[in-house]
Amino acid sequence: MASGKANDAVFGVEVPPTAKKLRELFYSAHFVHSHIAHFYALAAPDFVMGPDADPAERNILGVVGKVGLEIGGAVIKHRAYAQEIQAMLAGKATHPVWVLPGGVSKGMNREERSQVEEKARSCVEFARFSLQLFEDVVLKNKGYVDVILSDGYRLVTNYMGLVDDNNKVNFYDGRVRIVDTDGLEIGKYSPAEYLEYVSEHVESWSYLKFPYLKKIGWTGFNEGRGTGIYQAAPLARLNASDGMATPLAQEAYEKMYSTLGGKPVHAILAAHWARLVELLYASERLLELSRDEEITGDHIRNIPAGTPNEGVGIIEAPRGTLTHHYKTDERGLVTAVNLIVGTTNNHGPIYMAIKKAAMAIIKPGEEISQGLLNMVEMAFRSYDPCFSCATHTMFGEMPLQVVVYDAAGEPVKNLTRHVD
Amino acid sequence: MAKLNLALYWAAACGGCDVAVLDVNEKILDIAAVANIVLWPVALDHKYADVAKMAPGSIDLCLFNGAIRNSENEQIARMLREKSQVLVAFGSCAISGGIPALANLKDRDDILRRVYLETPSTVNPDGVLPQTGCPTPVGDLHLPEFYDFVYSLDQVVEVDYYVPGCPPTPQRIWEVVQAVVSGNLPPRGATVGALDKSLCDECQRVKRDKKIKRFYRSHEIITDPELCLLEQGLLCMGPVTRGGCGTQCINANMPCRGCYGPLPGVTDQGAKYLSSIGAIMDARTPEEVDEIMQGIVDPAGTFYRFGMSTSLLKGAVKQ
Amino acid sequence: MVDFEPKIIGFLCNWCSYAGADLAGVSRLQYPANLRVVRVMCSGRVDPTFVFKALSQGADGVLIAGCHPGDCHYTEGNYNTLKRYPLMMQMLEQFGVERERVRMEWISAAEGTIYADVVREFTETIRQLGPYKRRLVKGRDQVG
Ligand code: SF4
Ligand code: SF4
Ligand code: SF4
Ligand code: FES
Repeated sequence: MASGKANDAVFGVEVPPTAKKLRELFYSAHFVHSHIAHFYALAAPDFVMGPDADPAERNILGVVGKVGLEIGGAVIKHRAYAQEIQAMLAGKATHPVWVLPGGVSKGMNREERSQVEEKARSCVEFARFSLQLFEDVVLKNKGYVDVILSDGYRLVTNYMGLVDDNNKVNFYDGRVRIVDTDGLEIGKYSPAEYLEYVSEHVESWSYLKFPYLKKIGWTGFNEGRGTGIYQAAPLARLNASDGMATPLAQEAYEKMYSTLGGKPVHAILAAHWARLVELLYASERLLELSRDEEITGDHIRNIPAGTPNEGVGIIEAPRGTLTHHYKTDERGLVTAVNLIVGTTNNHGPIYMAIKKAAMAIIKPGEEISQGLLNMVEMAFRSYDPCFSCATHTMFGEMPLQVVVYDAAGEPVKNLTRHVD
Repeated sequence: MAKLNLALYWAAACGGCDVAVLDVNEKILDIAAVANIVLWPVALDHKYADVAKMAPGSIDLCLFNGAIRNSENEQIARMLREKSQVLVAFGSCAISGGIPALANLKDRDDILRRVYLETPSTVNPDGVLPQTGCPTPVGDLHLPEFYDFVYSLDQVVEVDYYVPGCPPTPQRIWEVVQAVVSGNLPPRGATVGALDKSLCDECQRVKRDKKIKRFYRSHEIITDPELCLLEQGLLCMGPVTRGGCGTQCINANMPCRGCYGPLPGVTDQGAKYLSSIGAIMDARTPEEVDEIMQGIVDPAGTFYRFGMSTSLLKGAVKQ
Repeated sequence: MVDFEPKIIGFLCNWCSYAGADLAGVSRLQYPANLRVVRVMCSGRVDPTFVFKALSQGADGVLIAGCHPGDCHYTEGNYNTLKRYPLMMQMLEQFGVERERVRMEWISAAEGTIYADVVREFTETIRQLGPYKRRLVKGRDQVG
């Protein structure tokens, strides 16, 4: 989708309103699928089963076992709905082929529209149910709330997210808003201006770069006021916005901030809550768009007329602000590309969060249990399914190594996680 | 019957193949009923140690997606080969390099320079590049070696079966698991989960006379939804691509890009396509050919979109 | 590149160009022995796969020769050659293969001298260019 938008810009072509809405509808479905997968398969095990549950049970199957097969079925069903909507419109749910510069390759008929509407209605209900589940299981358990609000899971940085003209969260379009550690707006840019706001730092020990706010500069892996580090993805988007553009999501948004003590929230585990607020927004938006008269219109594409040269496209990926920047020759053949993808934004914060959690959780002289190690991993898991897949599979395996050093710098304990 | 040991792994991959496995939806519970998933996915060193401890051949089925881009991908591929009875190259990347292998039109140095030094958002005054070994006060940090070339899985280890697609359609995944469960497997080396006929065979569009007066790029034309896209001048790779996907892209009004790979017996999908495209141009003179070819701007990238690693030429050379 | 002896593969159509080569031989024309001839029934039979395979297996240059347009024994065959060639060249350039390495010529059965000239000239061109360096696949350089 970001590349499609970058291509609109490269060719200087306007996208007709129907096509814009179709793209946003498709993209809302994408969020529904992704957020359901992330929350239920990767985050829920920690909360539903508990951080120190047996690793063999701390997985999606364990969750299904505990909350009931019926709910498991609902999870699968709604994720499947979202995938079906994408495939119906774009040929394939993964690697859709339907976005073209100037619009989309296929429209939606009335019959399809009402199918989407029906599924969307169900998704809204399911999103509400998920928030309720979170409330019942997590928020009503003081122990969990204390964990969420504890210092080991607090990372004070700037935040970034795409917003509409009213500064409400938007996944598909708008301008990127940046707020500082106190939640005050310190920048707002349209895609073409991204280079004035974001830079990337290179370390020799990682293939992935470390983005930071250009106007502040690279301040190292430091949090707190004045840091150049920012975060993206669900919690950051909510922090960087003034609210949600749909009514139920807005309610959920307000509830989250009033419970957690106002904006911005620096508690990284609140990302799971924010993710559910977004799930509700995406579902509501899906429903709204499926009811929009214009969505079944015929005018779905403008043929580009101008000479292509350069363009930037930005959307919110589930894992954070996604920037595509292309330069092309006069035939539109790409000559240079620059991408800053969702999780890359959080690369620095992920390291910082893990370190912080480890330092808070592992205490001198205390036995290090699997549960404690899992609590370190939870810091990681709040960010990215791609990374968190790697750190929390169905079986709670974790490729994490913790080496504890004594005061003299000698390793006293070297612990890795095992399945058995 | 004893449960199968099933492993899923991603090497140089986008994650789409793993999402495709999730897309079997409620069948995932059926899979969990017949198989212990011993690995999905793995990463980093201690996991390697876990698998390394398993006896050779103790994994019944390994679905391996992703290409081989770095030394870690290769090591894991070797290990999983040893531990697995049946190793499946799952998806275009594992089979023929897929999208990552388009990078074979460049080499390692080009890529590192572009990413870490030239990109406009990068600030790297000291010219730092990622290193395979990096000393720190608490020990060395290691990164896998980034190869000069993106390999297909079978360029690194022996592969038993191939399941094509970018990603394979979920229906096929379930078929493969069932085939292994029932022991009802085709001869080794077979492509599973696709047809032996071309996509055109499966395609419902009206086909008439293939004589092309002009090729278009997909953003340049609004096509008739009933007629063959190739006849309308879009570079549809249907004629040289295996059927089996259900004409997914065609259904979205877009031409096939060839992700199900070459037809049986075809060595090089791109060369074959070039050959068929030549034959259907409506031209007699070099000038007319030039005119028609205006709409074909990137034949290498288009015809080998999913198959660069296993193409005859493998990638670009610097002479 | 003094020591470099180019390896060139020539796909010659049976009815015209191969006969032309034959004539060159019978007429005892002098031309270099670098070109190894593969006889095909028609230049239209030369699938780009052949050319790519030749290059990938060690050829430094490839010649495709057929009847003059209009003279093809199978009427349309060499038009297919003519239509594929520019597209193939465009693609080869993307693979870093110099245009000069792959050449298309129309040579009739009567044009023994032209054949000899083409081989001489082409061998010289390739000698100047130097060997074609394939993209090597480390340690496993076998192709289908
Ligand atoms: S084959 Fe396609 S879906 Fe699978 S990993 Fe490769 S790019 Fe992704
Ligand atoms: S060329 Fe494409 S559109 Fe035409 S019949 Fe084949 S698959 Fe269908
Ligand atoms: S139509 Fe072609 S590119 Fe699309 S999924 Fe099928 S085989 Fe792959
Ligand atoms: S027979 Fe000579 S080119 Fe066709």
